[in-house]
Amino acid sequence: MDVSQYLDIFLDESREHLQNLNNNVLALEQDSENMDTINEIFRAAHTLKGMAGTMGYKRMQTLTHDMENVFSEVRDGNIKVNSDMIDTLFQCLDALEGYVTTIQETSDEGDNDNEPIIKALNDCLNAKGGADEAAKEEKSEKAAPAKKAKAKKKKAEPKKSEEKAAPLKLSDEDRKGIEDAMLANRKLYLITVKVQENCLLKAARAFLVFKAIEEFGDIIAADPSTQDIEDEKFDFTFRLVVASDGEVAPMLTAIKNVSEIEDAVGVPFNGDDVSEDAGENTAAEEVAEESAEEESEAEEKKEEPAKEEKHVQTAPAPVKAAEASHSGSQSQPPAKKAAGKPAVNRTVRVDIEKLDSLMNLVSELIIAKNSLVSSATSLGNGSNQLNDHIEYLESVTTNLHESVMKVRMVPIESVVTKFPRMIRDLSKKLNKPLELYMSGEETELDRTVVDEIGDPLMHLLRNSADHGIEEPEVRAQRGKPELGSIYLDAYQDGNNVVIEVRDDGNGIDVEAVRRKAVERGVLTEEQAAAADENEIISLLFQPSFSTAKQVTDVSGRGVGLDVVKSKIESLSGEVDVKTKLGEGSTFSIRLPLTLAIIQALMVVVGNEKYAIALGSIQTIEDISPADIKTVQGREVINMRGNVIPLIRLDEVVGVESNRQPDDNMVVLIAKKGDKLAGLVVDELIGQQEIVIKSMGKYINKCKFISGATILGDGEIALIIDANALI
Amino acid sequence: MANELSTTLNDSTQYIVIRLGTEQYGIDIKFIDNIVRMQQITRVPQVSPYWKGVINLRGEVIPVLSLRVKMGMENDSETKDTRIIIIKIDQHEPVGVMVDSVKEVVNLSAAEVERVTSAEANGYVSGVGKQDQGLISILDTELVLQDM
Repeated sequence: MDVSQYLDIFLDESREHLQNLNNNVLALEQDSENMDTINEIFRAAHTLKGMAGTMGYKRMQTLTHDMENVFSEVRDGNIKVNSDMIDTLFQCLDALEGYVTTIQETSDEGDNDNEPIIKALNDCLNAKGGADEAAKEEKSEKAAPAKKAKAKKKKAEPKKSEEKAAPLKLSDEDRKGIEDAMLANRKLYLITVKVQENCLLKAARAFLVFKAIEEFGDIIAADPSTQDIEDEKFDFTFRLVVASDGEVAPMLTAIKNVSEIEDAVGVPFNGDDVSEDAGENTAAEEVAEESAEEESEAEEKKEEPAKEEKHVQTAPAPVKAAEASHSGSQSQPPAKKAAGKPAVNRTVRVDIEKLDSLMNLVSELIIAKNSLVSSATSLGNGSNQLNDHIEYLESVTTNLHESVMKVRMVPIESVVTKFPRMIRDLSKKLNKPLELYMSGEETELDRTVVDEIGDPLMHLLRNSADHGIEEPEVRAQRGKPELGSIYLDAYQDGNNVVIEVRDDGNGIDVEAVRRKAVERGVLTEEQAAAADENEIISLLFQPSFSTAKQVTDVSGRGVGLDVVKSKIESLSGEVDVKTKLGEGSTFSIRLPLTLAIIQALMVVVGNEKYAIALGSIQTIEDISPADIKTVQGREVINMRGNVIPLIRLDEVVGVESNRQPDDNMVVLIAKKGDKLAGLVVDELIGQQEIVIKSMGKYINKCKFISGATILGDGEIALIIDANALI
Repeated sequence: MANELSTTLNDSTQYIVIRLGTEQYGIDIKFIDNIVRMQQITRVPQVSPYWKGVINLRGEVIPVLSLRVKMGMENDSETKDTRIIIIKIDQHEPVGVMVDSVKEVVNLSAAEVERVTSAEANGYVSGVGKQDQGLISILDTELVLQDM
């Protein structure tokens, strides 16, 4: 079978499954008893094996198969998860990743059999006899007594935990309906309907089921709610409480007659199952409660037992997130063959190149629109109709541009999900307890930017883990918890996205950097003594400047921060550091939301036109030259209590200003972080949507020019990056 | 294709002959993407003096350098003959090169080109071709663009 046309899909999906496996194995390490996680892993491994087999990648298939065997045993409770096993599993995932990469590069899986890993996996399997006891011992030491009891219980009744249906989740109205019906002495049945997994119009089928039932009786309660069922917010199973005067059998037959209904089971219902029973805490219930928690806030009150359980497990934030997302993809517990897809996801996979070409076309359209605007202006305001049409065209192109931009925006999640695993590995390697807390994974950035920020972030995280967080003994002496915390926070700030990597480690030893700078001959003694803290810290971003006393293979080879800086700058972003010795440091990366089209202010300096991104401009002021003061040889103005340094753009770009010295000046107040500056220009032209064009690497030496744009008349205006001037 | 075929068959290379002042230079035709008339150039601040600025070539922003300044001659004076040769080497970004005029296309066989060491003639000339109309200095185009 020729499968080459499926190669791309195979690669994409394998990566997704591997990421999923990574997350779940990580979750498993935190909570080795969680059956959902184990099932999810098993499913992902199984799918991966199937895919590799179909594509004819035998080695990959063999390895996945052996991995799946291990999970199969774990799932059946024959072996216990221990930390050696987790390590082996991670190695195995890395090896699989290796296969995928090789396949991507060469369309062939290579000839690495990864025998040591296969052997290790088989060792895990073989260990189930003897090591089982030991593993259990280890577990019970770690686990709280309650948990241990629970584990035992689970082992004792594995059958029950799988087959017992979760309690119905019913709204108050439904509950009342049941009570009323019971008072009226009607017969109640609980009917569980399962829709075929390949069914496309589940809501429609459910509707037909409802109609069929109404022939015989009344539906008085439903789980999920009827509204959710109509919105297809259920997996493949839903349950109904029906009040009827007849028998259940004909009803079931009628339901089964609806096409694409796999099965319908009906039992007499006495209201018992609608309970808050916390007595038995079986795995199935736990799932029900957890997913219930996600689905409806209203249910939360009743979930106290489950919630406490969750807190006891103290899963760290990232793992929790992984858990949540995965329990979200779980089906309702009664569906025994759960197929992990949430409600129908209406998405299309689109090649990024197609989006790029769409974006280019939009750019061309905007340039063409701008030309039309400028020719219309040169015609004078003769025709109102023409202006109307142009205004309409303008709003359409602006909306079109925004829509295309939105399509290109992806959450940074795709990049950051690999970090918890990386920090875990680093923690083991460096022998420091580390924890990564992430927030704002949903923050969106242009796809091109997201693809590029992975490496810089990885460098910063490694840096924090290696240089930032102190050795556990040192932390203990300083009265810090032994567990070093690293935070990765992302959020949107106006037209920028800020990503911060923060740690509660040692911070940057400015004096050490100062000494190092002198040692290395980067600064003379006098320069070093005169330099302020920020200047010294900025040295860290210079090539080959590492302060690590010890070179490890994690970081400290003198590459890193300079690479981070140049990468971020190539994305028109910037890196900033705040640090306090002994308390930790924060590296903030500030990136533009989009790289292609921006709103800009067009200005004239001398006889040249320039564009300045509107996002960095706060206000525009009309300043009299008399208001200019001089502080330390720099021109400043005092505006509403702020002392703002002036930057004369005519001097910066090297042209003669066309204004008289005593004319009032047009000053753009630009803001970068908490710094302000006033940019002096000769004239304002107005606001315009501009398409940023790269000037290429040959002529890109000028720091404050971030690109060029083509104006309506075909003329080129350069784009001034106000951030680079402040 | 046809060009490539003929060049390999005759063991000769096609050059575009350009004029800078009184001198003739040859640029290997394989590097030339396009030749355009002089047009409005937007100056770029704070770059080396040989950069004239950027032009808009059908929606692309292309940097333009002055071959005269680059070769150490006096600055260009625009005439109606002034041309910008768009040079594109392999995967690199295109660069415009401003020249006084473009004369013709010539075929020079390897035998007709005398190699020179880089020490002579400004360093950017890799050889001198001899033709009826006089001498043509063959530009080492790659070297010109590397040396930025």
